[in-house]
Amino acid sequence: MSDRAQRISIWFFIGILLFIYGILICGTGIYELFVPPEHPVVLAQLRPAIWWGGLLLLLGAFYCYHFAPGRSK
Amino acid sequence: MLNFLFQRPLLMAGMPARLFSLSSVDLLIIILYFCFVLGIGFYLKKFTRTGEDFFLAGREMTAWIAGLSFLSANLGSLELMGWAGASYQYGILAAHWYWIGAIPAMLFLGIVMMPFYYISKTHSVPGYLKLRFGEPARALSAVSFGFMTVLMSGINMYAMALVMKVVLGWNIYFSIWVSSLTVAIYVALGGLLSAILNEVLQFILIWAGSLLIPVIGLIEAGGWHNMVQRISHNLGGADYTHMWRTMGSFTDNPMGIHWTGIVFGLGWVISFGYWTTDFLVVQRVLSAKDMRSAQLAPIIGSAFKMMVPFIVILPGLLGLALLPMKLLPEAQAIATGGHSYNEVLPIMLARYCGPGLLGLGITALIAGFMSGMAGNVSAFATVWTYDIYRPFLKKVKSDQHFVTVGRWCTILGVLASIGTAYLVMHFASIMDYVQALFSFFIAPLFGTVLLGMLWKRATPAGGFWGLLAGTLSSIGMWAWVWIDPTALKYIALSTHARDMAENMYRALWSWIVCVIVTVVVSLITKPKEDKELEGLVYGLTKLPSSSHLPLYKRPMFWAAVVAGVFVVLQIIFW
Repeated sequence: MSDRAQRISIWFFIGILLFIYGILICGTGIYELFVPPEHPVVLAQLRPAIWWGGLLLLLGAFYCYHFAPGRSK
Repeated sequence: MLNFLFQRPLLMAGMPARLFSLSSVDLLIIILYFCFVLGIGFYLKKFTRTGEDFFLAGREMTAWIAGLSFLSANLGSLELMGWAGASYQYGILAAHWYWIGAIPAMLFLGIVMMPFYYISKTHSVPGYLKLRFGEPARALSAVSFGFMTVLMSGINMYAMALVMKVVLGWNIYFSIWVSSLTVAIYVALGGLLSAILNEVLQFILIWAGSLLIPVIGLIEAGGWHNMVQRISHNLGGADYTHMWRTMGSFTDNPMGIHWTGIVFGLGWVISFGYWTTDFLVVQRVLSAKDMRSAQLAPIIGSAFKMMVPFIVILPGLLGLALLPMKLLPEAQAIATGGHSYNEVLPIMLARYCGPGLLGLGITALIAGFMSGMAGNVSAFATVWTYDIYRPFLKKVKSDQHFVTVGRWCTILGVLASIGTAYLVMHFASIMDYVQALFSFFIAPLFGTVLLGMLWKRATPAGGFWGLLAGTLSSIGMWAWVWIDPTALKYIALSTHARDMAENMYRALWSWIVCVIVTVVVSLITKPKEDKELEGLVYGLTKLPSSSHLPLYKRPMFWAAVVAGVFVVLQIIFW
């Protein structure tokens, strides 16, 4: 088997990082639902941390699954 | 580096209190990023055994990886912040550096020039000059590239540390050492492979951390149309949202530039010089696994490059439309303790991003800096090892020896960059000359490489003397204006021309000098035999055909698509 075939895809690493970032950011957004910050940012009512964090989480999960070692070529 | 034109003022930013503080979740996000890039470097070390692995990533990158890395190496954080500031200052005119100043050149690299670089199997651009014109042309090009790369890398490093100080209040030495040593470690371990794969990660993070600003900004502004109206209202009816209609005269636009300077200076010489001959970016494409991937990589890069104004130029325009305070020129910001144009991106970041998202945004800036720096040091290590050390110092050594030299070069390159950063810290006036210094080499090199690839009659003597004459003429023009500022009306065709316009025209003249000298000297000297030029020159190289491929797999098809979108964008924002 060649080195390239043995190597874990960079997209898998990206998936892990995005997944963790998604959990942290989305989690922070949910926490702020219950404990509103003292100085909210502009348009905080749009809850960007929740949906952006959620998007990163989903994207990360997809990359982790699709490029998992052993699954990708 | 092309876009360093706007980065210099960033260094002169006033030093008010930090813009914002980070929460623990923000810090965790930043620390995780550092852990990941280092971890990837350690992981890839075992896959980096030969010179081909270390210096060309094994020539096994897919078109997507090479293309994203190609763009990421150019997307430094100072580029992001500097151009956002430029768009606040000059409006949408700043997008010229992303569109006409990049797209045609990137497509030209993919379709016309890449086959010669790839087929010649060169390790570097100076290496191509060696094959085409001989050792003197290679030596001149390699030494100037090495010198400029270290200098630019150090200046970028210092600028980034200063930004971190202004934005976050971080200690300047801490920022310099932590970020640059991280880059040194992961590039020294995994070579170009590690640099490229981390650049892809960094590319994703840059977008993930920056994309939210224009999205929420447009929501706040009520859409593009309302944003344009607000800008017009805030600026007393001045036109900041059209790209070409104010270009008819030097005095009609805030850049003090004429369309000829943008089209011929930026769009032709500087852009083509940077994107087709600067080894920092070309090296990424040379790592592609086959010719088709090598051709597609710059085309993929150009498609994303065309979108970068969305995360860089638009935040500046949104700042003009939405910010309650007026950002100031540098001198005024320093005098009054206010915020300068160049802080518009972090200000918009702080406006919309709370804990977590703020950490992601700062990570995007750090990722941008590190991708640019990794590009510099990996290119420096290759040129030093293959184009200076091997031919002039140690001709015959094992492949493993050169890998070791490459690793040490990476570390020494970073240390030299840190030294430059300290030098700039104490002699800030160096910054005034860096853009000019860099432009001395770009335009003539483009003339030399272009003639070398497309004109088989160009001789080794013609290539060398053309390159030297172009470089010296550029230095001479710069010195003339420095000694006698009234000479600007000859060099830049107008006394109203600003620094940027002067750079554009000087590049154009030096390119013309290079081409003329190369042609004249070539015509009176003996050319190489045709058989020596096979694989190096148009007409003597068997170029691969993609006619057997379905349309959607052909590089030319995708280049045409990108070119079409490029034209449409010019019309929309005319």
